[in-house]
Amino acid sequence: MIDFENVTFAHAGTSAPVLKAIDLTIPEGDLALVIGRTGSGKSTLLNLINGLVPHFTGGVLSGRVTVGGLDTRTHPPRELAGTVGTVGQNPRAGFTTDTVEDELAYTMESLGFAPDVMRRRVEETLDLLGLSTLRHRSLDTLSGGEQQRVAIGAALTAGPAVLVLDEPTSALDPAAAEEVLAAVQRLVHDLAITVVMAEHRLERVIEFADHVIRIDDSSCSLQDPASAMTGHGLQPPVVRLGHAMGWSPVPLSVRSARRRASALRDATFSPTRRRQGGEDVARLVGASVSYGRADALLNVHTHLRSGQITALMGRNGAGKSTLMNVFAGSQRPKRGNVRVAEADPADLKGRELLRHIAYVPQDPTDLFYTDTVARECEAADHDTGQAAGSAWRRLTELVDTVDPQTHPRDLSAGQQLALALAIQLAATADVVLLDEPTRGLDYPGKQAFGRWLNDLADAGCSVLVATHDVELVAVIGDRVIVLADGEVVTDADVRTALTSSPAFAPQVQKVLAPLPVLTVEEARSL
Amino acid sequence: MNSRWLHPGAWWLWALGLGAAATRTSNPLLLGLIVAVAVLVVSARRPQAQWAGAFSVFLRLALLVIAIRVVFTVVFGVRVGTTELFVLPSVALPDWLAGVTLGGTVTVEMLLIALIQGAQLATLLVCIGAANSLASPVRLLKALPAGLYHVGVAAVVALSLAPRIMINVRRVMQARRLRGRPTAGLRAAAESAVPVLESSLDDAINLAAAMDTRGYGRASTTSGAERLLQAGLVLVGLMGMALGLFAVLGASGWGWALLGIGVLMAVGGIVLAGRRVPRTRYRPDPWRWPETLTAGSGVLAAIAVMTVSSNTITLPLTWPALPAGVVAAILLAALPAGLTPPPPLPWQAT
Repeated sequence: MIDFENVTFAHAGTSAPVLKAIDLTIPEGDLALVIGRTGSGKSTLLNLINGLVPHFTGGVLSGRVTVGGLDTRTHPPRELAGTVGTVGQNPRAGFTTDTVEDELAYTMESLGFAPDVMRRRVEETLDLLGLSTLRHRSLDTLSGGEQQRVAIGAALTAGPAVLVLDEPTSALDPAAAEEVLAAVQRLVHDLAITVVMAEHRLERVIEFADHVIRIDDSSCSLQDPASAMTGHGLQPPVVRLGHAMGWSPVPLSVRSARRRASALRDATFSPTRRRQGGEDVARLVGASVSYGRADALLNVHTHLRSGQITALMGRNGAGKSTLMNVFAGSQRPKRGNVRVAEADPADLKGRELLRHIAYVPQDPTDLFYTDTVARECEAADHDTGQAAGSAWRRLTELVDTVDPQTHPRDLSAGQQLALALAIQLAATADVVLLDEPTRGLDYPGKQAFGRWLNDLADAGCSVLVATHDVELVAVIGDRVIVLADGEVVTDADVRTALTSSPAFAPQVQKVLAPLPVLTVEEARSL
Repeated sequence: MNSRWLHPGAWWLWALGLGAAATRTSNPLLLGLIVAVAVLVVSARRPQAQWAGAFSVFLRLALLVIAIRVVFTVVFGVRVGTTELFVLPSVALPDWLAGVTLGGTVTVEMLLIALIQGAQLATLLVCIGAANSLASPVRLLKALPAGLYHVGVAAVVALSLAPRIMINVRRVMQARRLRGRPTAGLRAAAESAVPVLESSLDDAINLAAAMDTRGYGRASTTSGAERLLQAGLVLVGLMGMALGLFAVLGASGWGWALLGIGVLMAVGGIVLAGRRVPRTRYRPDPWRWPETLTAGSGVLAAIAVMTVSSNTITLPLTWPALPAGVVAAILLAALPAGLTPPPPLPWQAT
């Protein structure tokens, strides 16, 4: 269905190609998963299929990509629109209409479908993706998972043979991610659509993949999922558990791992206690925030302890970012009181703010104000009064593929996040606030990130991480706060919180339940 | 009445009718009536959407226009009238600056005339604002002829840029504070200008990429000569329309002819262009009696005002008359507030 013939691509103005001499064929009706380190060129590979590379981005392409017999060199994206459906990393940014129904019809309108065909296809798609109750809703009122499903539906209605998905679940909570993946699986099974999907959260997707395309050093090939999961750092917890236990073949899904683990579940496990934390450094008393008529936070009482990593979890739109903003002083609560180190955070500024609060907001590019990575690091060292080169050193610990002369906005999403973390985690602030910090980070990046957070917590910082990533929380978390509709519904230590609800259970816990084991490292001690 | 979207063309005809009426009368009572009707209809039928917030922006702009008009009259205005209010120190500019005199005597008549003229423009702005907050720009785009679609998209994206930049400014300023940098002053503004523009541009590029992959801009192949003819027709036709409108508003006779030729040429060009674009429409907004009522009431108000009222201000100023027919016609334009279907709520399920 999709053929790459000796494809090499370099961005304009660079000599080193992003992708080199790629030959691969993705068969019709299969799901191919693209994996690779942060910034390895996954999005570029996907955009080669829909023609955005090189028609929209520029750059030098040699070799040939054909999709359903159409050569992307002679067919720009708009002419491939009937053959390839594309869903970008941020579906909200690509919406062109006001309501769900109109959005679904947009591609068909552009391609000049007859009105009765459009009506039929819209109905079919509404049913296929479970969107029929949302059909007249305004796109602004949808949750993240609903937006993602609408975007997939909008890419589907014109009847493409190929669907390209760039990180479809990375911004979603576990339940919404399951919804989206179930929908994708139905497309592959029922409609025989060829799906090419890039995703860092392998634990969510690897079991659905027919093939894995692993990008290593600018080159890649089509591999069998099981063999692609050996001998490198990109493995979900269930695969690492399989390796650690010496299971062969290595299980890719929780279900197959559970079958192998029956003996393991009879072992005795005495859980170690995670950090309990010291005194309160930040407090929220009866805080409420509302946007228009909707409550973002409703009478929230909570506190953050020093020397502890707290995970803030909950559905998309549950109020996590608002809570972060209130602690950072970016937003004053409508009612109630917030204190960070006995001060009102909204009154702090300059170095005093940096001494008390380090915050990485959801869109890290907002933090950048110079034109190269190197200058950004220098400015951070200067602002925080640290030795020259310390921000750059932290950056290279997280990702090793960054050119210091790159413009921060030209970095991949994962690299941008790493840069923002490297800049903001300079000073040992009392409170470290991180909003979705692992979006687009690969497993090695997450490990380095986890080590930093541990160091920070050991040094006495109070770390609050808003995240959907249960695997990250299982490894680094000490305490979990769950928000639902602006209210705190759970506030417990990490083991209690993650073992009590199947939606929040990490893979190892699902395999070894009822033992309260959360991580591969803990499972090794059994 | 079941909620549905009224055809955006109906709202625009209604608003443009009221706006045209405003430009053709200097009767402050009628102007006030038009504003009242517009505010009533907007408050009754404005949907809950981001773009519907445009009305308050236009209201503020209208007040600003009146204020500017008054200030300019006081400083630069021609001294007319006899009822002296106060005297400003006056400066006579040299001959090479047209010999204008700044300041001087300010009379009640001058101020009243400035207020009326400002109110005319302000009322027009209020009407345009009403259309902007009643009719969704995206739905209006859908109702445009296919030949105008691509130009229309550019216009809608450009219109949405200003609110998006404001959102980005707020975000970037918050982020600057989090990096411990000053958020006020010239340096802060200079340093944050680039990130703000970059993120606004990124938004636009993301949207453009998404639209490209969804078939936007797809055209069937036509010869270069045909494209040139079509573009030329639209361009010359639009220029003719603009000149013609100008002449019509200035009430000279040849304006109508020019306007007619311009409209014909532009329509011809748009039809030609439409043949190149293979677009179809999914469930176009229907045109039923509420649409006819809405558009008709606006046009009626315009006709009534144009036939009866006068646009000239004569001294001495007298208390304006209220011709019953015109008042009735303008009041009829308030009917859409109750007789049109209400807009759907954003979270409405069916």
